[in-house]
Amino acid sequence: MADGFDPNYTPDGARIPTVIADDVHIVYRVNAGGGGKGSATAALSKIIRRKGEQPGVRKVHAVRGVSFTAYRGEAIGLIGSNGSGKSTLLRAIAGLLPCESGKVYTDGQPSLLGVNAALMNDLTGERNVMLGGLAMGMSREEIKERYQGIVDFSGINEKGDFITLPMRTYSSGMAARLRFSIAAAKNHDVLMIDEALATGDRRFQIRSEERIRELRKEAGTVFLVSHSNKSIRDTCDRVLWLEKGELLMDGPTEEVVKAYEKETSR
Amino acid sequence: MSDTTHDGALATSKPPSPDEGLTPAELAAKYGLSVSGARPGLFEYVRQLWSRRHFILAFSSAKLMAQYSQAKLGQIWQVATPLLNALVYYLIFGLILKAGRGMDQDTYIPFLVMGIFVFTFTQSSVMAGVRAISGNLGLVRALHFPRASLPISFSLQQLQQLGYSMIVVFAVAVGFGNYPKLSWLLVLPALFLQFVFNTGLAMIMARMGSKTPDLAQLMPFVMRTWMYASGVMFSINEYLKEAPAWVGNVLQWNPAAIYMDLIRFALIDKYDSSFLPPHVWAFAVGWAVIIGLGGFVYFWKAEERYGRG
Repeated sequence: MADGFDPNYTPDGARIPTVIADDVHIVYRVNAGGGGKGSATAALSKIIRRKGEQPGVRKVHAVRGVSFTAYRGEAIGLIGSNGSGKSTLLRAIAGLLPCESGKVYTDGQPSLLGVNAALMNDLTGERNVMLGGLAMGMSREEIKERYQGIVDFSGINEKGDFITLPMRTYSSGMAARLRFSIAAAKNHDVLMIDEALATGDRRFQIRSEERIRELRKEAGTVFLVSHSNKSIRDTCDRVLWLEKGELLMDGPTEEVVKAYEKETSR
Repeated sequence: MSDTTHDGALATSKPPSPDEGLTPAELAAKYGLSVSGARPGLFEYVRQLWSRRHFILAFSSAKLMAQYSQAKLGQIWQVATPLLNALVYYLIFGLILKAGRGMDQDTYIPFLVMGIFVFTFTQSSVMAGVRAISGNLGLVRALHFPRASLPISFSLQQLQQLGYSMIVVFAVAVGFGNYPKLSWLLVLPALFLQFVFNTGLAMIMARMGSKTPDLAQLMPFVMRTWMYASGVMFSINEYLKEAPAWVGNVLQWNPAAIYMDLIRFALIDKYDSSFLPPHVWAFAVGWAVIIGLGGFVYFWKAEERYGRG
């Protein structure tokens, strides 16, 4: 593949970047409702005491100065302990969370795999497929075209006509399967997957892993957040290791995962 | 896997790249990458919004459907809730306080019902607007769409809700001897203008509420003050007879009162133009244009910041 016809290279042999993160900082502002002591008087006295600062707001510096360049054709894994800023970084790349400072440049519109937030438990599965598809930016015709595929893939109707029942009547596994099926119905240029692999029963997991591999083939660049080193090894060829919001290591999968395993097994 | 080893080898022995030494910004410019999450221009924004019109519609009717889906009577509540509301207000203001001064009972009851429903339309749009962003952060942080879709969607939901209320309104109008005629058609432009006004207001509240969620606690009081000052349950003309004329006019020129009066004027025979302030349609259009457009631009100005919580 390293000859002149590789679409991932320019004619003069340079790799084509798809995502560039330039010294990205992300800060969450949390309305801590008066901070430590929960009572109303404590909240009030805090407002009075702290004059200059915004009252009751705590800052969480979730990502601190991360820089990297992702190229076309790469599958990049993000690893790190809970709360290390992996998901936050993904959202910033997708342009869903504004950066405090620094910039993210992207080719096209990166999208997160997942529509959970757009779905409503009180609506039928049918309507949720429509709503979720529209929320992801698909057209009505596209959704109608893929509707049967989505329902079949989710396997919701294997145990009776569940798709016409409200989603709140589904078991948690069924709901997760439908959510994944809706989310995976769309193709993306830059695809970001946040631990979406671990839903449903064993059979569905195999099916969804297969679907993710398909999506990977169609996407230019894939980002995967996972705590399973196995799925990182299986899917990714480059890994970013984040710890406390800082980029600890950036390199080939085997090298970084080994270092990470060494660190975490201590 | 073959492509793993291929790319793995690349990372360890990089071939000399012509891009070496470029700063990230230069590299981005060279390959035409754009800043992620940047705010589009106003016209581009309108175009994006238009392409999401199906989502906006589906989201609003989904919210409406979900509202009563757990109740046994289901969607009947869409009509029953405004009807019960009207009954309560009639009991208090019509029978106990007798606030219908200057009007006979046949005029006052439709007057009251229309006032309540039309004001509720604005009130609930504002309340939904405050929480449009701050209450849907999960959605904002998960998916891409022009954020104005949310406040617009919520005021559309209120418009659909008002559609059900209008069934009650028409029934009440007919019940008190006002039969359909050509002037009833004036309801359409009046409600359209009010909808534009409400949407603009909802967008203003959405931006403010995204920064200060506390507004959700404060707004009920503001809205109630506004309601009592707008002549929902009494005639401003009648109650301010002794005050200078401009006081009444100013109160009647407030957008809530304007839209209420236009609906009453359209549907109630005895509520003629003597109850209306001067230049009433000009004000109705003016409020819609100023708040509608202004609210939209105001909301768009902060587009790239809505994910922050």
